Parts: sequence; structure tokens; C-alpha cells
Amino acid sequence: MSEEKKKIMFTVRKPPHGTIYVYEGLEVKLIMAAYDADISVVFMDDGVYALKAGQDTKALGIKGFEATYGVLVDYEIQKVFVDRTSMEERGLTEEDLLVIGEDEDTEEPIRPKVVDSAELGAMMAEQHNILSF
Amino acid sequence: MLHTVNKSPFQNSALDSCLRFANAGDSILLLEDGVYGAASGTAKSPLVEGALAKKIKVYALGADLSARALKETIKGVEITDYAGFVDLVVANKIHSWL
Amino acid sequence: MKLAVCIYEGPYNHEASDSAYNFIKAALAKGHEIRGIFFYHDGVYNVTKLMDPPQDDRHIANRWSELGKSGIDIVVCIAAAKRRGIVDEVLVPNVRISGLGQLTMMAIEADRMVIFGD
Repeated sequence: MSEEKKKIMFTVRKPPHGTIYVYEGLEVKLIMAAYDADISVVFMDDGVYALKAGQDTKALGIKGFEATYGVLVDYEIQKVFVDRTSMEERGLTEEDLLVIGEDEDTEEPIRPKVVDSAELGAMMAEQHNILSF
Repeated sequence: MLHTVNKSPFQNSALDSCLRFANAGDSILLLEDGVYGAASGTAKSPLVEGALAKKIKVYALGADLSARALKETIKGVEITDYAGFVDLVVANKIHSWL
Repeated sequence: MKLAVCIYEGPYNHEASDSAYNFIKAALAKGHEIRGIFFYHDGVYNVTKLMDPPQDDRHIANRWSELGKSGIDIVVCIAAAKRRGIVDEVLVPNVRISGLGQLTMMAIEADRMVIFGD
């Protein structure tokens, strides 16, 4: 019990909806956040498309997950990062991305943090385990 | 860090992306269809050649190379087996570039 | 060292299950502990006793069952399994269905988690 919290990182590299990986990966994050671990989530490559605002899956008949992503902060998942290069390569800007919650006090929207690959690479090296989802 | 890549570089950008994050001193293990990235003389060989030049160690799983009749691998790529894979995992934190 | 392994793809269709099995056998031969094996996504299909491959092919479910018999904790994710029609009645012996909390504990307790998938 005296051990410090283990750092667990999730990397999301696949686009949403074409396969179930992003959806079932989200289920893992929500469960794991309830445990005593230091969770972070990194969206890179096509994974950044999972964070694009305005997804409408009604016509597919597939349950979407945009609403859940919109309240990640409420699930105690606050460390959410986007790889800048992946985002820019896809013609996206920070404004295109979903809000993941709002600040309790100021009610300001909380957005995923856009960071450079080098910084993410350094963060990866600090993790106890990294789960690709 | 150990990075595992299991996709052909002709199919998918996993190897490309991995190289963007990997640092000097890191290791990359190519397995499954990832071993096509270790083949010499292909249009994608420069990816692994570039990694080696950046002092990233590159390994390819021999069982996957043999299964695919890949005999000509890039100079500097170390061919390993599952036991070697285990040793790499024990020695490094790992990220699977699925 | 304590290792955990996660498998995301179904049997035969993808090499993930074979790679994971070969990795685990090599790790055991070197004296490492396998903290657990977790099947997720289509990986849950790896341990159904309904599979009946040709005799000259490997029997993937039986292979996992034998590893389970040796004492390794093999867990099939309940949420992923229910979605795909995998229930206790169709499982090979020595594997169990449980929740994502098991994956969490493996990720926390194992020194390394190795993921095999697509």
C-alpha cells in the first residue's frame, strides 16, 4: 500500500467506428480510472480522429461515444494528450477537437492538451505500463 | 524503450510513427508482418536504415522472417528469436505500435 | 520478472495468438512468471471449445487451456465476451470470464504488459 501510484498510459492510434478498438478501449479507460493508478491517454496517428467533434453515428446504427469523451474529466481522466504532428497532418486544429469536461470552479471547457512527439516520447519512457487501445 | 511493430510498412504507417517517437538507445522489434520492414532493397528499407543511423537498435523475429522467405535483411538488423524477444521485454519498458 | 500478456485478436485469423503463445513459452522457459493472460476484443474467441481445427493444425484453444492448467491465470473479458456470444458453457477448462478490473490489476502488478493484436 505504501507504493506510489503506478503510471499507466493508453495510446489510441486507430480511427473510430471502422473497427471496435476505440470503443472497447474507452471501456477499459473508464474502468481503470476507478483504480488507484496514474492514468494518461494519448491520441496519436488516426487516433486523433476519435476526438474530432461532431461525430454522428445514428445512421450507422452504431452507438457513438462522443458524449462519454465529453465527460472524461468526470471519470477522473484528466491527463489527455494529442500528438501535434498527427493532428496537423490530418488538417485538424485544437478547435476541431472535443472538449473533455469543464472546470468545476470556472466552468471553462477542458480540452485535450496538444503536445510534441518528443515530449510524448519522454512521457512514454516514464510509464509503468503502456496499453495500446 | 522497446517498440514492437507488427505491420508491413507498405500497408500501414506504424513503423513510420514509431520512428518519430523512438529515441537513440531505444530498440525496435519487428514481428509478424512487421518483418517486411527489415527487408533490404525495398522502397521502405530507408525507414529502418534511418533508424539504425540514429542509433536505434532494430531486431527482427527470425521465425517471422523464415515464414515469409525473407532472407535478405538490412545490414545492422539483428535477427532474434522468442527468447530474445523476452530478453528485450525484460530489459525495456514496452509499447506495441498496434 | 512478472509479465502479463494481452491478446486482442481471434485465433487463426491473425498471428497475434500464435505470437503471444510463443512469447509466453519462451518467457516460462527462462523462468519468468506470467502474472496473467487477458483476452479482449475478438481475442475472446481464442478459448472456445467449439473450435475444431483440422487435425494437422494447432488447436489454439487447447493450447491456452494447457497453459491455464499449469497455473497461469487466463482471463476472458466479460464485456467483450458477452457481446460476442462467449459464455462459461463454451469455454475450454482452466480459463475464466471476469471483468476489466482483472486487466487493471495485471497492468498494475506486472512489471511488463505485452500486447499482441492487429
